[in-house]
Amino acid sequence: MDDRPAALTVLWLQAASCGGCTMSALGAEPDGLVAALDRVGIRFLWHPALSEEGGPAALAILDACRSGHQPFDLLCIEGAVLQGPNGSGRFHRLAGSGEPVAGLVAALAARARAVLAVGSCAAYGALLASRNSPTEATGLAYIGEEAGGLLGEGWRSSGGLPVVNIAGCPPHPGWLVETLMALSLGELGAADLDSFGRPRFWANHLAHHGCARNEYYEFKASAAAPSHLGCLMENLGCKATQAPGDCNLRIWNGGGSCTNAGYACINCTSPGFEEPSGAFLETPKLAGIPVGLPVDMPKAWFVALSALSKSATPERVRKNAREDRIVVPPRRRPPT
Amino acid sequence: MSRLILGPFNRVEGDLEVRLTLADGKVAAAEVSASLYRGFEQILRGRPTQDALVVAPRICGICSVAQSLAAARAVAAAAGLVPPPLGRVAADLVLACENAADHLTHFYLFFMPDFARAAYAGRSWHEQAVARHRAIVGEAGRAAAAARVRLLHMLGVVAGKWPHSLVLQPGGVTKSVDQGERMRLVAILADFRAFLEQRLFGDRLERIAALDGPAALAAWAAEQPPTTGDLRFFLHVAEDLGLAEWGRGPPRFLSHGSFGPPGASLFAPGRWRDGALLPLDLAELLEDVSHAWLDGSPAHPSQGMTEPDADKADGYSWCKAPRLAGESYEVGALARQLIAGHPLVRGLVGAAGGRGNLRDRVLARLLELALLVPAMEGWVQALGGAGPFCVSGEQPKNAAGVGLVEAARGSLGHWLTVEGGRIARYQVVAPTTWNFSPRDAQLRPGPLEEALVGVPVAEGDDEALLVQHIVRSFDPCMSCTVH
Repeated sequence: MDDRPAALTVLWLQAASCGGCTMSALGAEPDGLVAALDRVGIRFLWHPALSEEGGPAALAILDACRSGHQPFDLLCIEGAVLQGPNGSGRFHRLAGSGEPVAGLVAALAARARAVLAVGSCAAYGALLASRNSPTEATGLAYIGEEAGGLLGEGWRSSGGLPVVNIAGCPPHPGWLVETLMALSLGELGAADLDSFGRPRFWANHLAHHGCARNEYYEFKASAAAPSHLGCLMENLGCKATQAPGDCNLRIWNGGGSCTNAGYACINCTSPGFEEPSGAFLETPKLAGIPVGLPVDMPKAWFVALSALSKSATPERVRKNAREDRIVVPPRRRPPT
Repeated sequence: MSRLILGPFNRVEGDLEVRLTLADGKVAAAEVSASLYRGFEQILRGRPTQDALVVAPRICGICSVAQSLAAARAVAAAAGLVPPPLGRVAADLVLACENAADHLTHFYLFFMPDFARAAYAGRSWHEQAVARHRAIVGEAGRAAAAARVRLLHMLGVVAGKWPHSLVLQPGGVTKSVDQGERMRLVAILADFRAFLEQRLFGDRLERIAALDGPAALAAWAAEQPPTTGDLRFFLHVAEDLGLAEWGRGPPRFLSHGSFGPPGASLFAPGRWRDGALLPLDLAELLEDVSHAWLDGSPAHPSQGMTEPDADKADGYSWCKAPRLAGESYEVGALARQLIAGHPLVRGLVGAAGGRGNLRDRVLARLLELALLVPAMEGWVQALGGAGPFCVSGEQPKNAAGVGLVEAARGSLGHWLTVEGGRIARYQVVAPTTWNFSPRDAQLRPGPLEEALVGVPVAEGDDEALLVQHIVRSFDPCMSCTVH
């Protein structure tokens, strides 16, 4: 247990997770998660991947938190909560005690000033709540787009907040760190969250904003196969024009993003992303028009603008879109 | 006789419980239990084939690239696709980066903090262990966390992000790399090399890689005081606590082989049994479910299914028990380097009676860091060559394929059957499925279960630190195990 003085204490628990949200969070710039939080006095009371205590000592911390003997500020849950088989929660028992994790999560949530669902599994159930999933998985406050989840519709923490959904598969480390900082400063209120509980500071953007394939998008110069430089929306399943996130503004792991690396945004910050209407990496179309159009864009305008921009596509853009390296550089001309 | 249940295990990936039967102050028997079931093999069934590329990596957030590459290779095998040379080199670089980050994370964040525990107060090295390695606050752990952030910038450049990138495709990679990006990769690798040489080894990587046996290792360690570099410090602690004496697994090891073109792997594939190197043949692989909370009978993963049964009387884990020709095998960096023929690891395993142990598993991982970085430096240069990064092909309606990879913690395989353009069957055998398997129908224990027998645990010691060290020496990933 990190018992140094703290502005804010965080208890972190992994429900049915892949551990990827923690792994992503450890990549917080510039020197890792612990250092990033240390700067502002945010400490882990216990974290399964970082803390010294395991076994009986860890169980004792969890018990003290549940009973109220050990105060803590924030509860971070990573992973979906499994309620199966048949509502028993036995698909995920806490090692060492054997109790279903679902009950423990609900009990701890009642003690926290604020609860954060870290990742789309904890927020919405995500892949573990998909059609064929046998585990009766749920998010904390949603199953897919449906409000409710483990804690029930209208649930509020003792601090008056709904579950704060740091969605994403995984979330950007900055989304987590900055949310924790805002909570620490008492700045994060219900109005700072969008309709699915996501902090607006990142969810009010679209992953499309700042996409480096911008020129290809404008001219509807589309990639036809993996590794092509063109826009990924028309053929390869990219949903960045619908997906909440500032992925291409703040950038990942020091300089990357999904679209930068040539593969589709799968809208992993949204409930229901796990069940696309077709295959993940193909764009479903009706009469040659993508089914999932950019948000806020009337279909007739999209069709008209696409036709117009395709007719105006420069040769350079058209050619480069279907190559894996730039083959036609921009024409050089004197400054005007 | 008494029983001791250990859990939850922290600083391992995922959910693990170890149940010990103690007699005469020692472990008489161990049962290793994975206490979470997620059902990925069921989730994959019925989806379009290519969806495996999105779904399978999400089995595990720490072996995400390894899972991604296994899925890409299984789909490629089903489609008869072979990535072009540049696509293969880029994929090797992505996998090596994850392997290296995982080895670093394991040593600094998961394994070493246990030596800073109060239970070791009074040992000559304990104060050092606290200053360097105490969980969360130790300065070595802090430095390693920062080095890890910088190393992962490499995946920002070549994979977009980590974990859960989609850059690895059946036909190669989606990202070409230009000259400026390669120069950034050169700089990132230079920083990582500097961290390893200054902080971990206190020596050149090439000197570590060239250690050719236990005698050379001992001579190297004696050159400097034990506080020079974290490897020497670990060797010193291991010597003082006799860590090489404990955690002996089965005298059998397995590796799928890793990096480079098929037939010319950097780390060759194979199987090691009772001191002899044998070819790898997975035809006789069966997954036994007799002690898992799963229905079914032993099956090859190309024929296997996964059906949970939480009420099964003989079950004590959600993990299957893979057996090759009826026997358990240990996988991981030690197995990989033993089979690849590294003289230090051959010498260590030979000196340890043909088995792995607590110390040598950790050592093999650090050695592998010294082998990986120079190889990665070469691949970054190679990415400047001509040719495509990816090829495309039609997905067959009906086909089968296997994808074999080495994750940081050992051998990972995906077995895929496609019917009508959709996934009819998907079976994953992960490294920790091998290492932490429960008993099979013949009651033969899994490798960890075997490695814990005979380990001293004092009456009333509910921490059982030596057991914890042994468990962590395998670098378990329960997330992969309980897919």
